[in-house]
Amino acid sequence: MNERLLDVFASNGLITAFAAVGLLMLVCNLVSKHLTAGRIHGSAIAIAVGLVLSYIGGVSTGGEDGLADVALFSGIGLMGGSMLRDFAIVATAFGVDVEELRKAGLNGVVALFVGIIVPFFLGGAIAYAFGYTDPVAVTTIGAGAATYIVGPITGTAIGASSDLIALSIAIGLVKSISVMIVTPMVARTISLNNPSAALVFGGMMGTTSGVAGGLAATDPRLVPYGAMTATFYTGLGCLLGPSVLYLVVRALLGG
Amino acid sequence: MVIYGVALLAACMLAGNVIGELIGIAIGVSSNVGGVGLAMLLLVFVVYRLQKAGCLDVSSRRGVEFWSSLYIPIVVAMAASQNVVGAVTGGPVALVGGLVVVAVSFALVPVIARMGKGKYAVPLDDIEDERGVRDE
Repeated sequence: MNERLLDVFASNGLITAFAAVGLLMLVCNLVSKHLTAGRIHGSAIAIAVGLVLSYIGGVSTGGEDGLADVALFSGIGLMGGSMLRDFAIVATAFGVDVEELRKAGLNGVVALFVGIIVPFFLGGAIAYAFGYTDPVAVTTIGAGAATYIVGPITGTAIGASSDLIALSIAIGLVKSISVMIVTPMVARTISLNNPSAALVFGGMMGTTSGVAGGLAATDPRLVPYGAMTATFYTGLGCLLGPSVLYLVVRALLGG
Repeated sequence: MVIYGVALLAACMLAGNVIGELIGIAIGVSSNVGGVGLAMLLLVFVVYRLQKAGCLDVSSRRGVEFWSSLYIPIVVAMAASQNVVGAVTGGPVALVGGLVVVAVSFALVPVIARMGKGKYAVPLDDIEDERGVRDE
């Protein structure tokens, strides 16, 4: 009987996810209101709790999709997967102020380039300091410091080994998850309170999930601006990584 | 009809992603270039034109607004399906590298945001009043 009842949840995965996430948000909003007096947004708490659940799911199943690897919660993977996430991101553009886009457009483009080049060389330098002196290794790890998609695509293009690619994914994951957690904490300090700054923020960070989660926890009205530039980042990174940036690294290290 | 709004949204997303793939192919990159961003621009443009022409009634708008209001729960689900274990067990290079990169990137945000016209950026109103409306 137990199995048949469990099957109700497992076979209605997406619906179970709606109910579970709704319940989680309800609890987190109550915690926000009563335990933090509204100082920490309910959505910030919910995202942090989501990450903790992801960790628990990952440890208990050994999979890569966090809580979604637990059969009962497989629908979480669909609900939080890139299809529905991108659909909801596009929908947020409904409230965008075109004037703001025009005003900060140029800064957004600058942020895209700085946001790819600085993390790339910083990540590469740290890899070098840890003993990865080969240009292919430095480039792959540096590209991973852009996003966990730029890393493996760049690494594959320049013939990096699979352990380097795994490392570049790991550094990208650290980036995206820490952006989710840290953004609401530092938003005030870096004046991330207006659409122009959000456009720059999206271009600087580039990780769509990090930007989406970080801004959602800070101020949902900023989400469309940040998401818009962030979605150009990975493509640009994949263009620059295996080409210009790899050549620069090779010239610097003499490979 | 609500479905008109949802269909409009879906069409914009698909069109944006097709253009993003085409750009990717054109510049020889094995990933989509700005598909979602292009879809957003497309939606902004189409909604503007439709509203001007008076073709977007309240129920069609609701189809788009519904998905936009589901954004945060979807992001929470996204957070719950991340490979957190992979990030934590990636070793010192991944941890140190990721954190340093994030710290420096955050520090650069206000520097770039204040360039050019960004100097005049006005903070949004306090979120509390907006929240009250949203939560209902």
